Amino acid sequence: MAADVTISGQDSADNGAAEASAQPSPLAAFWSAFRENKGAVFGVAVFGVVLLLALTANVVAPYSPVEQFRDAVRAPPVWETGGSWRFILGTDGAGHDMLSRLIYGARVSLFIGFSVMCVSFVAGAALGLFAAMTGPIVDVAVTRFMDLIMAVPSLVLAILVVAVLGPSLANTIVAVTIVYLPRYVRLVRASALGELNKDYVTAAKVAGVGPFRLAWSTVLPNCLAPLIVMAALGVSDAILEAAGLGFLGLGAQPPTPEWGSMLADSREFIRSDPWIVTLPGLAILITVVAINLAGDGLRDALDPKMRRG
Amino acid sequence: MLGYFLRRLALTIPTFLALMFLTFIAIRLVPGDPVEVRVGEHGISPERLAFFRHELGLDQPVWRQFLDYVWKLLHGDFGVSLATQQKVLTEFLTLFPATLELSAFAMLFAIVVGVPAGAIAAVKRGSVFDQALMTISLFGYSMPIFWWGLLLIMFVSVRLGLLPVSGRIDLINYYFDQPTGFMTVDALLSDQPGAFLDALRHLVLPAIVLGTVPLGVVARMTRSSMLEVLGEDYVRTARAKGLSPARVIGVHALRNALLPVVTVIGLSVSGLMAGAVLTETIFSWPGVGKWLIESIGRRDYPALQGGVLLVSAVVIFVNLVVDLIYGAIDPRISHGR
Repeated sequence: MAADVTISGQDSADNGAAEASAQPSPLAAFWSAFRENKGAVFGVAVFGVVLLLALTANVVAPYSPVEQFRDAVRAPPVWETGGSWRFILGTDGAGHDMLSRLIYGARVSLFIGFSVMCVSFVAGAALGLFAAMTGPIVDVAVTRFMDLIMAVPSLVLAILVVAVLGPSLANTIVAVTIVYLPRYVRLVRASALGELNKDYVTAAKVAGVGPFRLAWSTVLPNCLAPLIVMAALGVSDAILEAAGLGFLGLGAQPPTPEWGSMLADSREFIRSDPWIVTLPGLAILITVVAINLAGDGLRDALDPKMRRG
Repeated sequence: MLGYFLRRLALTIPTFLALMFLTFIAIRLVPGDPVEVRVGEHGISPERLAFFRHELGLDQPVWRQFLDYVWKLLHGDFGVSLATQQKVLTEFLTLFPATLELSAFAMLFAIVVGVPAGAIAAVKRGSVFDQALMTISLFGYSMPIFWWGLLLIMFVSVRLGLLPVSGRIDLINYYFDQPTGFMTVDALLSDQPGAFLDALRHLVLPAIVLGTVPLGVVARMTRSSMLEVLGEDYVRTARAKGLSPARVIGVHALRNALLPVVTVIGLSVSGLMAGAVLTETIFSWPGVGKWLIESIGRRDYPALQGGVLLVSAVVIFVNLVVDLIYGAIDPRISHGR
């Protein structure tokens, strides 16, 4: 299981640019199709910058995200009157440097996004294949259960999970994964059911391929294209969902520099210090838009027939 | 048609049962002593503990407890809120109209703006308008709505002073009975001059915030569905007959393009409920979403349990209705399954 997580983590961590690196021959074809979509390339570029900032946060960020400057609480950003280069984007109500928190926040948000994606990708693929290949009783049970999860509004389900487990960064990941798992299961199940009737699967069966190998190396690779697209777009959904939980005080707890929780108590600063309200949300929006742009491009490049509404 | 109706109805029963099981299990998984969790008392004496254990049925086997729970639910007993000592169902029914009103106006906003915008974008494919709309729509469904709400409050309410910041109506100037629970309707019924307008003014920002994600989705969906329809033979025929472009687009194309849009609208009910939690929290809107969040803060588990169950039941019910309507509009669906 652990090995699976690392493998799919690497696969998806560099989604977009090096998506097809596992399959060298179609790479060029994929890239030339992807490159035509200017928005997607832009999205990948912006996302690359955010990813780079997240990875190098401890080098790039001027201060520690939890260091409090008691002498400079709510200092304005450099372009406002009274701002200084000491705190380029100002400080928040507790005297944390905004820029440092935003940079470290990228690390937290992307970590949540990728964790949710990896776990739901692997678990979703496993459950979906299991449901499709085991037989009608398991199939109905799994499908019904996923329907149930989907019937509960996403954030309401996440709230219930957090209420049971307690608010923390790790539990945010658990809650958001539970919310998004059904999508993966349904998608894999549906495409696997479609593939199972095809001749090459029958041929593999006749050749004596065991059930695990059949699922893993025969059926799954042929269901991958839509799954990869869903995973890419799922990262942005997970980031939004986790930020929402953070905003409600049910996600990462302060002083963790999570973008959503940075906004949680910012309401009191609307009148006096607008940058405290504006900047974290802008960071979320930019990241999510970039991922969505890249994901849309990915979908068009991988399969022109799959169009999202 | 009747067969489809019954089949679809029968499918929701196991979902409801499983939902009851889910909320039943969830509340048992809450760490801590069950009596403390459900009665909210710390350091309780052994006699009182035994009393409550019996009172709550905790001395019964688990399957028995579940059956009791289901039995009570079927009789409309969703438990009693720890915070207010009111029945959870009563509280929900008092608060739900506020959420419903907000969601309805949000959806109205999304449709009224999204459908025409998407249709125009499809007709003028590749134009500046099309590209601008697609960009706006991308930002719409990528939006962290809680932040969007804060921004709107900051600019529209605080800086410009155009619209109120929170609540459903100005309680200092207007006070009246609320027979329906829908503030706009009650304001109209109250005969107080200006009350209706004030209620509307309170609705504008929350409805825009909650409607932003659906707007993005509806506009995109209308555009792509419209693009598909515009290439169909019957549209070409209508054009060839010499009908005016407005008639071809408005009547022949748009009506057929709207079918998938209807599904999307139905599917976004679940998203509306999730968004309502955030929107109501930002705008202090006294609805179900804000109540759920407050219940967590107060560790009011019966309210949370009942609330989640009821909200989900509403979503399942609406999806059922949408499916049935869709089956009625498009006969291929009811015969296909």
